[in-house]
Amino acid sequence: MAPVLVLAAHPDLRLSRVNRALLDAARSLAAEPGAAVEVRDLYALYPDYVIDVPAEQAACERARLIVWQHPIQWYAMPPLMKLWLDEVLTLGWAYGRGANGPGAALRGKDVWLVASTGGAESAYRPEGYNRYFFDAFLPPYEQTAALCGLRFLPPLLQHGAHAVGAEGLRRHVAAYRERLASYPDWPEMAELEPCPACDMPPGDRPADPMAAEKAAA
Amino acid sequence: MSGVTPWLTSSLVFLGAAVVAVPLSKALGLGSIIGYLAAGLAIGPFGLGLVSDPETILHFAEFGVVLMLFLVGLELEPRRLWALRRPIFGWGAAQVVGCAVVLALAGWAFGAPWRWAVVAALGLALSSTAIALQVMGERNLMPTSSGQAGFSILLFQDVAAIPILALIPLLGVAADDGGNAWLEAARALAVIAAIVLGGRLALRPLFRWIARSDTPEIFTAASLGLVVGIAALMQVAGLSMALGAFLAGVLLADSEYRRELETDVEPFKGLLLGLFFIAVGMSVDFDALRQHPGIVFGLLVGFLAIKAAVLWALARAMALPWQERPVFTLLLAQGGEFAFVVFQAASSAKVFSAEVASVLIGAVALSMLVTPLLLVAFDRWVAPRYADCDERPAMAEIDEPQEAPIIIAGFGRYGQIVARLLYANGLKATVLEHDAEQIEFLRRFDFQLFYGDATRLDLLRTAGAATAKVLVLAIDDVEQSLKVADLAREHFPNLTVVARARNVTHWYALRDRGVMHIERETLDASLMSARSVLEALGWQPHRARQLAMRFRRHNVEQLERQWPHHRDEAALVSMARAGRQQLEELFAQDRAARDQRRREGWGE
Repeated sequence: MAPVLVLAAHPDLRLSRVNRALLDAARSLAAEPGAAVEVRDLYALYPDYVIDVPAEQAACERARLIVWQHPIQWYAMPPLMKLWLDEVLTLGWAYGRGANGPGAALRGKDVWLVASTGGAESAYRPEGYNRYFFDAFLPPYEQTAALCGLRFLPPLLQHGAHAVGAEGLRRHVAAYRERLASYPDWPEMAELEPCPACDMPPGDRPADPMAAEKAAA
Repeated sequence: MSGVTPWLTSSLVFLGAAVVAVPLSKALGLGSIIGYLAAGLAIGPFGLGLVSDPETILHFAEFGVVLMLFLVGLELEPRRLWALRRPIFGWGAAQVVGCAVVLALAGWAFGAPWRWAVVAALGLALSSTAIALQVMGERNLMPTSSGQAGFSILLFQDVAAIPILALIPLLGVAADDGGNAWLEAARALAVIAAIVLGGRLALRPLFRWIARSDTPEIFTAASLGLVVGIAALMQVAGLSMALGAFLAGVLLADSEYRRELETDVEPFKGLLLGLFFIAVGMSVDFDALRQHPGIVFGLLVGFLAIKAAVLWALARAMALPWQERPVFTLLLAQGGEFAFVVFQAASSAKVFSAEVASVLIGAVALSMLVTPLLLVAFDRWVAPRYADCDERPAMAEIDEPQEAPIIIAGFGRYGQIVARLLYANGLKATVLEHDAEQIEFLRRFDFQLFYGDATRLDLLRTAGAATAKVLVLAIDDVEQSLKVADLAREHFPNLTVVARARNVTHWYALRDRGVMHIERETLDASLMSARSVLEALGWQPHRARQLAMRFRRHNVEQLERQWPHHRDEAALVSMARAGRQQLEELFAQDRAARDQRRREGWGE
């Protein structure tokens, strides 16, 4: 069992069925002796949106799998999760300058999106009211992962979160728990593509804006 | 011993008997009431004969019952009493009339003259308020539907005792004293009106004036004086003292002095009630028992059985949860202290002879002795069978949460803001404030608060500290705040304490006492002002907020780090210096990172 970091982000857990159940499952797993699961409930840790960046980065460095567990809101992640990306994934730590230089802290790790949507799966179709397949909303996640050298594992989704029956929810939670416990020995692991390399060409941006000013002077 | 006054010796006898018998009875699992009754039996004229005059003691100790009803009244706001009007007059009348009719018919069937039967039935239909309420309190039954029903019926009995007593002379063969019934009624009404009006208009200003004097023992004296005065007034009008005290309690139930009054009167009630039970034990008439054992026991079993049958039917009609029915029936089936008065009055009005009276009184006293024993037997052998299918009955609809989960100590500027946010979200808090002026001012804004000094353990307990979840410690006086924190840690480990710190020293002292949620009262306000300054200088408001938040986190962490060393001044100074340096470095790094981002073209 390799170390897993669960980042849970739900702004109002009172109203949640799926994410609360998932969070409980992750927590119970983390509480087991010898477990290598760390759960960080972002909205509980940072109710004032003041993220402790060094603590978050240290937690990421400890893990081999990072789980983004949250509901989909307006076709994207909740605001604190996005703020987490903005503040924690810093240049020179999570990305930037070459394959092994500064900015490679996350390289070679995995990231796994565990999300729920209010709309049913049938709503995410060209003829449905969301007009696009759900996959169409994933590129920002995939590319965020790729730029940091994280392998983006196939997401675990629960559509129609408000309507899912007790049995369906139980199965979903059980699958989540089983996956967390068995990582990295997942059956599909061998067939997954490695993370695409996306090194920016050095000439893509000025190395030093001051250089242009100096040249002009 | 010749130098010791009789007053001292008899006090010694009473206290000694209680101190020996009650813990013994509790240790045997029999409850305190049996202990008191046994103590009474032991020292009474038929036991060791240490005390010869149980009548006088009983009269004096009746004041314990009066104080108890005052306390019951304090818990019952007028609004809730009004909601109880149907159970009181409906079920109460059903119980008294139902029991009395069946008992009278039974007595008549056994060949008693009808006058005897009627008076005996009326007396026996009443139950012991003292024992029933005490037991309900010990078992925490008051909030249940059977507790409410029992309480309503007992209250009605207190009212009903008045017409019963008025009826006795009419049945007697003694000469009527020719009293004018209309005049009596008018006087009674006038007294009740005076109590209600006076309670509404005069009591609150009076207590405020007394509270302002800031002399705790005078407040206690005034509380007792109030109950004594009302009892005297009721006696003059020929009404039940207990009823008057109950009324006064209800009138003060929604006042800010309720918790303080409760706390002050409680110990007196406890002691006097104990004395009352002792007196009941003493007044068991063994002579009557010896002469007519068959009649007394027949009477005892007969009237308990008949009342129990009527009460069981009543409990079914009221749809009480069936698990609660046995205790409800047992508690109300016993005879009551008021029966003593009724039978004595009947014998002096010559309805029947003193001998009949003493047989009846013996039966009632025995029933009061037997009931607690029956309850113990019920708990041991019957209740466990119910336990298998024990689904705790739902709370009755008249019930409201008895204890707020939050206590706010100190209602100055700080406590008020806390309370307002809570109130706005439908959370009720019990608020304690010791400044009478402040309370008077704030009551105008419709806050529910109580006068009282939160540094008193007993007052905290009455405020519900044993069951509450959170104690907000918003007192501005550092010493008092620490005192309450000590009390909370020592006596109420269940409480989460949320504290206001006047300054860093106060913060350290609170943390020393294990308080985990402490806010310095000026920190957040100052940071908001700092943000305004940055904004006024043209900084983006969001950036100013970020900086302030980061400063705050650093500052709080620094405080946590310094706390273990706070007694070591040198270490503190160097840590403070290091902390300041760290903070500057932190912001410098932050600025450097931003410059770098800008340089590398990732923009802000």
